[in-house]
Amino acid sequence: MPISAPLLVHCQNLSKNFNGKPAVAGLDLDIPPRICFGLLGPNGAGKTTTLRMLLGQSPRSGGTLEIFGQDIELNRRQIRQRTGIVPQADNLDPDFTVEENLRMYGSYFRLPTHEMDRRIPQLLDMVELSARATDRIDTLSGGLKRRLTLARALVNDPEFLVLDEPTTGLDPQARHMIWSLLHRMKRNGKTILLTTHYMEEAERLCDQLMIIDNGTLLAQDSPTGLIRKYCESDVLEIRGGIPKEAMGRLPPSCRTEHAGESLYIYSNHAKPLLELAQGLPDTACLHRHSGLEDVFLRLTGRELRG
Amino acid sequence: MSNKSLPVLRIEAFTIWRRNALVWRRLMGASVLLHFGEPLIYLLGLGYGLGRFVGEMAGMPYFTFLASGFIAWSAMNVASMESMWSVYTRMVPQQTYEAILATPAEVDDIVIGELLWCATKSLFSGTAILVVAALLGAVNDWTAVFALPVIFLTGLCFAAPGLIITALARGYEYFNFYMTLAMTPMFILCGVFYPTNTLPLPMQSVVQFLPLTHAVQIIRPIVVGEPITNLGLHLGTLGLFGLVTAWVATILIRRRLIQ
Repeated sequence: MPISAPLLVHCQNLSKNFNGKPAVAGLDLDIPPRICFGLLGPNGAGKTTTLRMLLGQSPRSGGTLEIFGQDIELNRRQIRQRTGIVPQADNLDPDFTVEENLRMYGSYFRLPTHEMDRRIPQLLDMVELSARATDRIDTLSGGLKRRLTLARALVNDPEFLVLDEPTTGLDPQARHMIWSLLHRMKRNGKTILLTTHYMEEAERLCDQLMIIDNGTLLAQDSPTGLIRKYCESDVLEIRGGIPKEAMGRLPPSCRTEHAGESLYIYSNHAKPLLELAQGLPDTACLHRHSGLEDVFLRLTGRELRG
Repeated sequence: MSNKSLPVLRIEAFTIWRRNALVWRRLMGASVLLHFGEPLIYLLGLGYGLGRFVGEMAGMPYFTFLASGFIAWSAMNVASMESMWSVYTRMVPQQTYEAILATPAEVDDIVIGELLWCATKSLFSGTAILVVAALLGAVNDWTAVFALPVIFLTGLCFAAPGLIITALARGYEYFNFYMTLAMTPMFILCGVFYPTNTLPLPMQSVVQFLPLTHAVQIIRPIVVGEPITNLGLHLGTLGLFGLVTAWVATILIRRRLIQ
């Protein structure tokens, strides 16, 4: 079978057990080069475990796993040489300054000094940290640390960039900056794999999305493809009660979901939803187009996770 | 890769060593004070204070006896502290190794780099005490510098069991067990304060199995300029102990970091 471009990541039946308990159970994951691929799932779905296996930080229990066409277990060092990682938790080196962090990290990749002299100022400039180059890590805010972690992941000029919840805990300004940097990375031909809990982020950045839960695949498509496939076009959110007779007037094609105090009515036609909304106070209901979040909640359920 | 293979030496191990050395250089002032100040107080207090009552021990002034024992003890102490508290700090709260393992560096590089670094710190400390002892007249001959490689070896030998404890530790309080059950007995029993042949016979056999005994038996004669008896036995015991514990430490650290 001819393949147009070799896959950057190719996993089949990837699985991981912790003490006999499956964390990832038979995942097939293919990522073509030069796209941004999003891995979505509730807490404990197996996202981080999957990333750790991809990076060779956790040996797989079963299946095959190839990056750049090489088995990660056999070619870990070569693969990491071409990969950049932004982990979920901050692990910058607190014993060094901003610039020293990048230099130290570059030395683990055996980057020659002249290469670092050239690249590190550019990276600091890119994440707008040049003015903080000699500051200690503990003086940086969460947003600045995250930007530095991104710069650190780029120190070896990787072809493949992996980010585990890159914007969790950041303010909107910092989040937008990370987004624009990631757009730039993609334009520069890098392949990006990220996990996120923010559907807006997934929708804005990702060309392909995979939703997983309990270590298995639930759905995979482009963001718009997922919405088309798994959700009606319109939704009416209603807080508090709704008269029984009003519900009776809804066409049977409408789908309803209850979540706590709220009722969600999904339909491919806006009209019946708007008619229903007219009889209700403005503050109690909201009509909108459905989005990735509706797909996500439909596929993974509304109950809380650990 | 088999999980139980011997660690492989690569250039990245020296990068890890360099990382620690750069951090140490930043905090050097406090470190130098500790390395020189502490032995100075101990040696002056115990060596002169106690030495006045003791006079000679094993044919040498008590101060000289104690200083040469202290060099061996400090090699053990410094390497143990570094391989437990400092390595645990880098491994758990700082997640430094997690960051390093996202690069081409491997767990083996971390283990070897840390072993070499711990031994380097032992060497700093041992050198400091040797200098203090020489300034106070306890060293007779320049050949005392031959103690330095043995100090480094002693550091390696005690860094490895320290790493084992760290690999198993769930918190800093875990290290107290090792301190109380291993390090303190060796400090007291292995010939730092008095010759082991003054111990009751059964104890004399027991202390032969403790590595600090052998470190003292090599370092003391070198420092005071006496011939070493049973050099092969002592070096072999230290070396074997170091190799076996380093291997076990590698296996356990791999297991801890790669899950």
